[in-house]
Amino acid sequence: MREIEAIIERYGAQRRHVISMLQDIQARFHYLPKDALMEVAARVRIPLIDLYSIATFYNCFSLLPRGEHVIKVCLGTACHLKGGTRLVEALERELGVREGEMTPDGRFSFETVRCVGACALAPLVLIDERYYPKMTQRKLTQVLARLRRPQPAAEAG
Amino acid sequence: MTKLRINGIEVEIEEGASLLEAAQQLGIEIPTLCFHPGLSAYGACRLCVVELGDGRLVSACTYPVQEGLRVRTHSPRVMRARRMLIELLLSICPSSKRLQDLAAEHQVERVRFAVRDERCILCGLCVRMCAEQMMAHAIGFVNRGYRRRITTPFDLPSEVCRRCGGCLYICPVCEVRCQGVEAPSAVCGSCMTPAPTCPPVYEDLACYMGAAGECGTCVRNPRMPDSHSPTVAGRRVRV
Repeated sequence: MREIEAIIERYGAQRRHVISMLQDIQARFHYLPKDALMEVAARVRIPLIDLYSIATFYNCFSLLPRGEHVIKVCLGTACHLKGGTRLVEALERELGVREGEMTPDGRFSFETVRCVGACALAPLVLIDERYYPKMTQRKLTQVLARLRRPQPAAEAG
Repeated sequence: MTKLRINGIEVEIEEGASLLEAAQQLGIEIPTLCFHPGLSAYGACRLCVVELGDGRLVSACTYPVQEGLRVRTHSPRVMRARRMLIELLLSICPSSKRLQDLAAEHQVERVRFAVRDERCILCGLCVRMCAEQMMAHAIGFVNRGYRRRITTPFDLPSEVCRRCGGCLYICPVCEVRCQGVEAPSAVCGSCMTPAPTCPPVYEDLACYMGAAGECGTCVRNPRMPDSHSPTVAGRRVRV
């Protein structure tokens, strides 16, 4: 757990920076591993339960492994009316997993969200925090195909 | 020292004290569920709500005293708010004796909300007990909104818990109410109402020990017509 150690050191193991540490861990591993939480608690000297409270309070943290690419389908009112559920069905077919699950190869996980605040662009899909406006099943298939291709250059970012 | 008036009575108390402490100093009883003198005030249950001179409703346990403040602890508005709070608390924890007793004292006779028996009102007393008195930090709140609950990290037996039982000792809703002779309902028959209908035999029968309804005063006789159904503290008993 060298990387975790480095993340903690980056913030001087200070209690007031734990949320930033958790965000960095989440960015690196796509979720918060149990061992990572325990290490942060021990190094920053805060009770594990306090860290667990923070990790479960914020929606941006996940305690379950997430795929490399996180696909979020908006099902807010506007997106729902514009056919967001059809996108959910298309994704379930395309990826072979249900909402909230991760593909067995660990490349994609797929969840639904309520309104991302861009209703004029409905129906929306968010992939790795990038907005894909006015989504259709065909466009979705194309985007997935692009993401599936190995992209060594993009991995560095 | 700060001087203020509670229910028209002047009281003097050291700076930084809460309205609740000032009222307690005067002997005014304000119901609370999440307050304990040995723990930090948390303001979770809101039952200690009081009305300030400017008409604001604030929680007495977390509001510090101010010079010249006027406070009413049992005004009609406060009582209405308290009754609503009790009704809301009952809807998530109808199994609690403390809550049922409060309901009886405040004449809360029905629960208009969907009842979910959570056995917890999220008052946080156990969390504060564990952290502040036991220095263990074994339990805490997890999740958020309607999914909020109290548990250990990862829902596993805690490594720092010493099984002291302080959390159970301090819990205001662990004590389970009696069901009496009634069918399960959100509000109990309140045999423990401060003014029972059977004062001469109440103590002897000790109906709160499980013999509820033996004397017949508080229970409707199935053979009697509805119009004769007896009442407990002025209210009709539902059987």
